[in-house]
Amino acid sequence: MTNQSNKILNTDITKLVNQPYKYGFSTNIEKDIIEKGLNKEVVRLISQKKNEPEFLLNFRLKAYKKWKQMQCPEWAQLKLSEIDYQDIIYYSAPKQKKKLKSLDEVDPELLNTFEKLGISLTEQKRLANVAVDAVFDSVSIATTFQEELAEYGVIFCSISEAVQQYPKLIEKYLGTVVPIGDNYFSALNSAVFTDGSFCFIPKGVKCPLELSTYFRINEQKSGQFERTLIIAEENSQVSYLEGCTAPQYDNNQLHAAVVELVALDNADIKYSTVQNWYSGDNKGEGGIYNFVTKRGLCIGINSKISWTQVETGSAITWKYPGCILAGDNSQGEFYSVALTNNYQQADTGSKMIHIGKNTRSRIVSKGISTGKSKNSYRGFVNINNKAIGARNYSQCDSLLIGNLSNANTFPFISVQNSATKIEHEASTSKIGEEQIFYFLQRGISLEKAIELMISGFCREVFTELPLEFAEEADRLLSLKLEGSVG
Amino acid sequence: MNSETPILEIKNLRACIDNIEILKNLDLTINKGEIHAIMGPNGSGKSTFSKVVAGHPAYKILNGDILFNGKSILELEPEDRSHLGIFLAFQYPIEIPGVSNEDFLRLAYNSKLKSQNKDEIDPIEFFSLINKKLQIINMAPAFLSRNVNEGFSGGEKKRNEILQMALLDPELSILDETDSGLDIDALKIISQGINTFMAPDKAIILITHYQRLLDYVKPDYIHVMQDGKIVKTGTAELAKELEQKGYEWLKKID
Repeated sequence: MTNQSNKILNTDITKLVNQPYKYGFSTNIEKDIIEKGLNKEVVRLISQKKNEPEFLLNFRLKAYKKWKQMQCPEWAQLKLSEIDYQDIIYYSAPKQKKKLKSLDEVDPELLNTFEKLGISLTEQKRLANVAVDAVFDSVSIATTFQEELAEYGVIFCSISEAVQQYPKLIEKYLGTVVPIGDNYFSALNSAVFTDGSFCFIPKGVKCPLELSTYFRINEQKSGQFERTLIIAEENSQVSYLEGCTAPQYDNNQLHAAVVELVALDNADIKYSTVQNWYSGDNKGEGGIYNFVTKRGLCIGINSKISWTQVETGSAITWKYPGCILAGDNSQGEFYSVALTNNYQQADTGSKMIHIGKNTRSRIVSKGISTGKSKNSYRGFVNINNKAIGARNYSQCDSLLIGNLSNANTFPFISVQNSATKIEHEASTSKIGEEQIFYFLQRGISLEKAIELMISGFCREVFTELPLEFAEEADRLLSLKLEGSVG
Repeated sequence: MNSETPILEIKNLRACIDNIEILKNLDLTINKGEIHAIMGPNGSGKSTFSKVVAGHPAYKILNGDILFNGKSILELEPEDRSHLGIFLAFQYPIEIPGVSNEDFLRLAYNSKLKSQNKDEIDPIEFFSLINKKLQIINMAPAFLSRNVNEGFSGGEKKRNEILQMALLDPELSILDETDSGLDIDALKIISQGINTFMAPDKAIILITHYQRLLDYVKPDYIHVMQDGKIVKTGTAELAKELEQKGYEWLKKID
């Protein structure tokens, strides 16, 4: 390939991928804020504002103590400016009446914000088969379809509400999958988390609706520390989706979430993420630092946890959704598409820990890098000595667009018994000039050509998304790749 | 016949890649209803010629003009030239992972319809259309569900090019070494495909090294390209002479 033509190709593609961020607006609203900075008192204050029981305050204080002793990990393939933890607001909540009885009492400005993001919370317009929990900065604004779900015994509410209503469940499960001291960011989250979603699916119930949480960071200086806990009891089934956006600011905002899933015997949890935090501008200024710990525990026999993620936003993404396959015959899956552009950095992958007999896991990771971005897959597959008959299949494909982007794969596999089967496949390909010329010669535009190649590349992952969101994911990628060519 | 209506006129064309001049004052006129063959030694500029006509962005035009149906196409993008009716069968057809042949063909066909302000056709309509075309090159429908050229044999790739030509129905087709790497049966199928496709309102340029293809597809003219220009033009007899005497013979008579 020649230099001159590459230049032509790169400019075209750059034009194509550099679509402005659509969700960059911010909302002006009266807020209740705890002054920026972090110390024991702030942790106490958060707990107090949320009127939490003693066990949770202790949980937070323990986590804070642990976090103070830890160091920010440096092993990831990431370049980031140092985070000043004293310059972050840990609690920011829109001011509103004490207890909301219905959506009519929600500030219209907030409803508008979510409306603009394409998330309708009002009765008339909301999706008929999806229940939504909307989280704005530190608090949950509203959860739809709660009553309908309650008829089935399904609990779906903000975690703050769950702490008040179902403290026993929280005390029993919180921190069991991701322990307080698991890592630097999970310790921080455990100390200061403000809201998130809680789902409980009782024995034998197939959740009749898709459950979904929409996270919005609004406050410029605030971090978002959400905590999500999903429990699926014996023979139950649930599909859950989270979506994320943030306004466009030129400083970096921190988002450090912890998600814990627990699947009992024969339970099935499907967790999907469409992440589109603000990714910074084309010079690499601003954007969200997205440091997330997500883990599922397949504690029951025949249980199954499946992670699907479409990661297109954030300046830095650092997450490894994993499964601990403790129950015999349990199954873990991870399907991922990570698209990076400009100076975005993504270091993402999965962890599959096989403990039970005949446990199976499957990892399918698709990384697309363009611009000057860096996209790394990092995976850990561990087969315990008791996990007789365990199987893992991993596939990591990277697609490079242009000449300046970067893709890496770091698979780590540890096998401690011989009765297992492990497969790992990796590939790197490039959308090259000759491929594009082939499309063009057949009369197909550059936009369509790239769209077709990308959607072909991601197909295996998109088919795993719930139907309503597969389209959204396709649209999101096209949005990022669609543009003003010709 | 329309034998005096030119489809393609190349005038004094000079083109380079990475500052190396490949085409040096090339002149060529192709009329409707004509089949031309371009022969010549390796590196004489035959493939460059085909890519320049198709508008490959790597090549820079230094001088001259390319007229298609009387209008200059130098400023047109490759996809616009395709929509006008210029088709290039690639010497090395490109593999496109993850994109099915059927989707690719339908998108190409619909892009052409769209450029002519016609309604696009749906996948079901398209399926019956493409199945008829498949018979021309003797390929099974299973061929459609495979990814574009991925894992195709050399012969299948070339047949796929002819299938695309038959589908898009271009006025001018440039076939760049479509015969190379084919066994005798595949060569016959492809030649039949070309002959079925050819019509009085069309023109075809065959770029080839061998007389063999010309036994099946009869050209009206044969050009010999050397060092970026046409050095000799003749009838079908010229190819036979070249086959016997080689290109060196031309240099001697110069």
